[in-house]
Amino acid sequence: MHAFEYANPTTLKDALALLGNRWGDADVLAGGTDILSLMKDEVYVSKRLVNIKNIKELGGISMSRGALRIGAGATLEQLIENAEIRKSFPSLAAAARGVASPQIRNIGTVGGDLCQRPRCWYYRGGNGLLAKGANGRPLVPNGENKYHAIFGHEGGAYFVSPSSLGPALVALDAKIKLASASGTREVEAAKFFVAPASDTARETALLPNEIVTEILVPAGMRNATYEVREKQALDWPLATASVALQMKGNSVASAKVVLGHVAPTPWLAAAAGQALSGKSLSDSTIAEAADAAVQGAKPLSQNKYKVQLARVAVKRALTEIARGRA
Amino acid sequence: MPTTVRVECTINDETREFLCEPRQSLLECLRDVLGLTGTKEGCNDGNCGSCTVMMDGRIVPSCLVLGVESQGSEITTIEGVARGSELHPLQTAFLESAALQCGICTPGFIVAAKALLDRNPRPDEHEIRLWLANNLCRCTGYDKIIRAVQQAAATLQEAK
Repeated sequence: MHAFEYANPTTLKDALALLGNRWGDADVLAGGTDILSLMKDEVYVSKRLVNIKNIKELGGISMSRGALRIGAGATLEQLIENAEIRKSFPSLAAAARGVASPQIRNIGTVGGDLCQRPRCWYYRGGNGLLAKGANGRPLVPNGENKYHAIFGHEGGAYFVSPSSLGPALVALDAKIKLASASGTREVEAAKFFVAPASDTARETALLPNEIVTEILVPAGMRNATYEVREKQALDWPLATASVALQMKGNSVASAKVVLGHVAPTPWLAAAAGQALSGKSLSDSTIAEAADAAVQGAKPLSQNKYKVQLARVAVKRALTEIARGRA
Repeated sequence: MPTTVRVECTINDETREFLCEPRQSLLECLRDVLGLTGTKEGCNDGNCGSCTVMMDGRIVPSCLVLGVESQGSEITTIEGVARGSELHPLQTAFLESAALQCGICTPGFIVAAKALLDRNPRPDEHEIRLWLANNLCRCTGYDKIIRAVQQAAATLQEAK
């Protein structure tokens, strides 16, 4: 790993003053599970790491004014251990529980889950975010693409968004709060994630001089996440589904179905949400929504299997709600 | 000349002070600066669990924590698990169950398993396997490790 300068501010204001306007001049260090691996592999180089773990205002999880506030510095394990989240936001608890291992969840943070870089092996191998070969041709479509996108890759980003919480937050209509030295802004979770159109673009709306400070999640929706993995633990999902339903009596007033690990961003399956609207949950309405969720998938040469996994994930997430388990 | 930083923390109940560069991991500081070579380096990337240590009451991969981040924290390494020459029941059970061959993964397994038994004294096999999923062993095939943890849990229960 190249040498870098280390800063350990204790206030958000001080931390923001230490960031710059270009990535790599200064970067945020939270859990470190991603940025330190990238820097060890020299896929990413930063001149200054700003540790934000000792900033109290970035921590904590609480309910206020009908919304859940999650400090971006809260660890994934703190999220899982929180009684309010387990009770009212099982979708978030399930998504966090699926991440890696106790060791990683003990240091990995909520903000870090949202901002981590893609796990695409071409990117991690130094071929850039859009994974292009020496002649500028994309490597993924004819390469090893078993774990790549089946949706949303028309713009040339074939990786899948690695965030576990992202799909759940998009489904729940969460807002992500960002701060810079010149002020704060709120971004809808759905707009926080973007498919980059060039190698120098990023996968999130976060700017180099900003820090994710907190996430606000409205309460009142039935919600669940179902994850499909090859192994039961310490594995990345192959496909996930996060669902959030606004109920009116026994019928669904409105629904959001969001797929994870199938596109460069959490993938809102609008047709699946519409298929559920005004209906009650039954095996047949759930199956229709699951079919609708994967309509228009464009699998690559090795990942057609993900279409079926995503369909099953939607079915199981909705079934958990129908059976009162989430 | 890279800048070095002075760090003070508690390791195995002793106050320790050391100098390190910001880019040195806690793992490197433990092994190369402080001479605590019981903690092992495997993948150096958070995947294998060999470098697991306890930091402020939670297990962490010490390869993904910077030495400078340990300022003010309390750390327990494998060297802090036995009481003098008296082995912890987990260490005895690992020896008696032949739960190690080359031994590189063992310190990480023992520190991680101890954290499990401290919070869940009677884990079932599934809970043990899930908890230890981030600790890789290329020799034993895991079954003997799981049995050793079950054996240690039983010994600790009897001692109560």
